[in-house]
Amino acid sequence: MAKVLVKGNEAIAQAAINAGCQCYFGYPITPQSEIGEYMGAHLPELGRTFITAESELASINMVIGAGTTGTKAMTSSSSCGIALMQEAISAMCCAEVPGVIVSVMRGGPGLGNIAPAQGDYFQALKGGGNGDYKTVVLSPSTVQEAIDLTYRAFHLALKYRNPVMLLADGILGQMMEPAEFGEYPYDDPDVSTWALDGANNRPARNIVSLHMPEGAMEALTNRIFEKYEKIAQEETTFEGYKLEDAKLVLTAFGTVGRIAKAAVNKAREKGMKVGLFRPVTLFPFPEKQLQETAKNTDMILDLELNKGQMLLDVRSAVFGACPVEFFGRTAGGLLTPDMIMKKIEELYSKLGTKTEAGVN
Amino acid sequence: MNIKDMSIIISGFGGQGALFAGILLCHAAVVEGKHTTWFPAYGAEMRGGAVNCAVNISDDEIPSPVIDEADAVIALNDASQAKFEHKVKKGGFMIINSSLSHIPTTRKDINYIRIPFNDLAQKLTQPAFVNVMALGALIEKTGILKIESIIEVMKDMSKKVSAKKAALLPNNIESLHFGVSVMKNQPAAV
Repeated sequence: MAKVLVKGNEAIAQAAINAGCQCYFGYPITPQSEIGEYMGAHLPELGRTFITAESELASINMVIGAGTTGTKAMTSSSSCGIALMQEAISAMCCAEVPGVIVSVMRGGPGLGNIAPAQGDYFQALKGGGNGDYKTVVLSPSTVQEAIDLTYRAFHLALKYRNPVMLLADGILGQMMEPAEFGEYPYDDPDVSTWALDGANNRPARNIVSLHMPEGAMEALTNRIFEKYEKIAQEETTFEGYKLEDAKLVLTAFGTVGRIAKAAVNKAREKGMKVGLFRPVTLFPFPEKQLQETAKNTDMILDLELNKGQMLLDVRSAVFGACPVEFFGRTAGGLLTPDMIMKKIEELYSKLGTKTEAGVN
Repeated sequence: MNIKDMSIIISGFGGQGALFAGILLCHAAVVEGKHTTWFPAYGAEMRGGAVNCAVNISDDEIPSPVIDEADAVIALNDASQAKFEHKVKKGGFMIINSSLSHIPTTRKDINYIRIPFNDLAQKLTQPAFVNVMALGALIEKTGILKIESIIEVMKDMSKKVSAKKAALLPNNIESLHFGVSVMKNQPAAV
């Protein structure tokens, strides 16, 4: 299949359609409104369901309804809209309801602005919902990867019966670049063993997130955490770029990952040994892989469009194996390759002295 | 200039077709098998307000859709000239629509090409298109893409739009060729 020029938001929508998304429920918000517009234009003609919900609360609860029947369903929103969905996401994890949530981040906190940002890493990964739960979070850095990870999101949601979030930002949502759709590459599991599809002479089923008997909630939580462990074992993905001999390793997710890659190339042209470690799955976070990387480099520079959120996971993975620095902008301020390059030059000049001083 | 790798900012007021000119460039880059990115300003833009897009075209993978410094800026009005003059890379150039911009230029380290697109457009079959004329000028100046690729894209697009819009294909092609010839006849840039 030939490459086509496609906008990030529309690529996500078309990939969802290709993945077999039967239902889309959403409420418009910049910078992701094209997803809903595209779904509205295409799902009805395919005989599938498109609903402009009255709110984000309604959207995500409609996803729960569809998910309990084993139907592939999706909603999408941005920052403050995703904030409204947190209670339902916690409930989905507890009741093991599959569903795909696309979050195209804008500036915050509050209503913030509509500029690209990455301030919702905590929201996606650490949750605004209650209790012990984890959402699988995938982080695309190109339009092609947005397509591939949308496919993967639908598959993982059904495979693990868990909500999966595609965490993008305003740049990726709004930009166009050539990409290839290809076919949905996964074999999805049979849902008939658990889906609410009408009892019809079989015993009744319940999918609930309330477990009152003594010990029941702890047992369930332990079981879903075994599932999270399995997800960590089997699904962790990252991109390593020029890591082999890197003395300074950049960590970045999503769009910043590709901007950082430009900075790596610029640094290499100047003879500086700089590499990039870009987590593709944010949960599961590539903790062991980053730890190994940290052991073989002199310093890590974490880059984000926020005040330092993934930074906590980076530090936790590095666990003192090397110093970790942070450089970021927030609420619409963008990092450019030149800005990153300046920071690289500043840090790189200190590397030798730090090593001699025995910091490592 | 390395024409294998180019970053361009196209800016104008809403309705001038700055975003669409960028989209045409990107589609033509895809036709030629090149890598390309298009990133629009997507704030509270509206007709009459300022709009711009950043376009990268390269033989290699494009890491960043964000442009620090552009090889070329097309400024379709005075506000665009003022906003993006400092974004031109040293040694790069700025194509200014001098029909709609009379403000002085401020840099010595870039080339300015002043073309009165709106005035020249009066010579063409109406309606003529200033954004497409500017594209023709850009391509003639740089050789970053082939004119035929742009025409192929416009022909392809005309099959997917209303008959009323499709009927404007010849006007678009005329505007494009005219932009090329205007640039050919430009005196050496000052």
